[in-house]
Amino acid sequence: MADPMKIRAALQGDVVEVRVLMAHEMETGTRKDASGKVIPAHFIQTVSATHNGNTVFSAHWGPAIAKNPFLQFKFKGGSKGDKVQITWTDNQGDKRTDEATIS
Amino acid sequence: MRARFILAATAGIALAMPVLAQTGASADFQKFRDVMEEDNPAELFEARGEAYWKTPSGPKHASLEQCDLGLGPGVVAGAYVQMPRYFADVDKVMDAESRVVHCMVTLQGLTYEAVTRQPFSNQSGTPAHVNVVTYVAGQSRNMPIAVPQRHPKEREMYQIGKEIFNFRAGPYDFACATCHGTDGKRIRMQDLPNLTRPEGAIKAVQGWPGYRMTGGLMLTSQWRMNDCFRQQRFPEPKYLSDTVTAILTYQAVNAKGQIYRGPGIKR
Repeated sequence: MADPMKIRAALQGDVVEVRVLMAHEMETGTRKDASGKVIPAHFIQTVSATHNGNTVFSAHWGPAIAKNPFLQFKFKGGSKGDKVQITWTDNQGDKRTDEATIS
Repeated sequence: MRARFILAATAGIALAMPVLAQTGASADFQKFRDVMEEDNPAELFEARGEAYWKTPSGPKHASLEQCDLGLGPGVVAGAYVQMPRYFADVDKVMDAESRVVHCMVTLQGLTYEAVTRQPFSNQSGTPAHVNVVTYVAGQSRNMPIAVPQRHPKEREMYQIGKEIFNFRAGPYDFACATCHGTDGKRIRMQDLPNLTRPEGAIKAVQGWPGYRMTGGLMLTSQWRMNDCFRQQRFPEPKYLSDTVTAILTYQAVNAKGQIYRGPGIKR
């Protein structure tokens, strides 16, 4: 099971700024290990964020995203105390959902 | 007359250029670090370290919550900025990393060999003790460096560290002090801090443990010192050796009173 994300969500004016750190190898599938064997691809494919049941962000990711990725986005309509949920799924079927409260 | 004056002025600017370019690039590096530090993946390693600290494991099925980092069993806040320090139970001076490994051995019943089999992070993974050191360091964020010099062994460690710092050797016949003993030196684009003064010495402590973006590795002060010796073409020090503790003591004591900003980020 993957490690938890670090999520910060802060209201600035009428915009919520969300910043997410994800723990993930983001292996491209083109690198080789010391013995010359290809290291299997392992990367996040989809990321989505929901607020009050509405999707406020969604993305398709590929192997070009860095290891332990950082994501930042903004959306309107949130208020202090609301929850923001972030979910990612990777190409090996692993998945992780974490939640943060808007401050 | 006027043309000659302009020529002279241009020459003056050309001569001054390298200095200007250097400060400009350093400032850009600093800006880059400031931006990255706000959302540093080191936090992910802190979280892993915290989980390890609080979860029972090892043959004794114990957590590290009774680990004494110098401020009493289980006190983590502020401990990192007060190490290396003297520990009476082992009658020696230990740095944070040595102490964490010591706790894993004594409290959890792991063997020293098993814990230190992989001393540093590499492509195959991050060792548990590196996560724990990162967690411990994070618990001293924004605190002033206050490494004690009360016990005779602490003062002795400082003196040994000072000697190592000034010891010229290796095929290139130079010491740490050759590059890090005076102000205003640089190698390529990197400014070299003067580690004999507090404002310089903090730069050796600051940012470690650090998340290196190249390879995405979490690296500790022990790794940094090991790499310094390698760059000097010195023999590789044994992991957690007193030599490394001495040099860490020397730097940290010199940085006394400077603010530690927690685990950092490196290119």
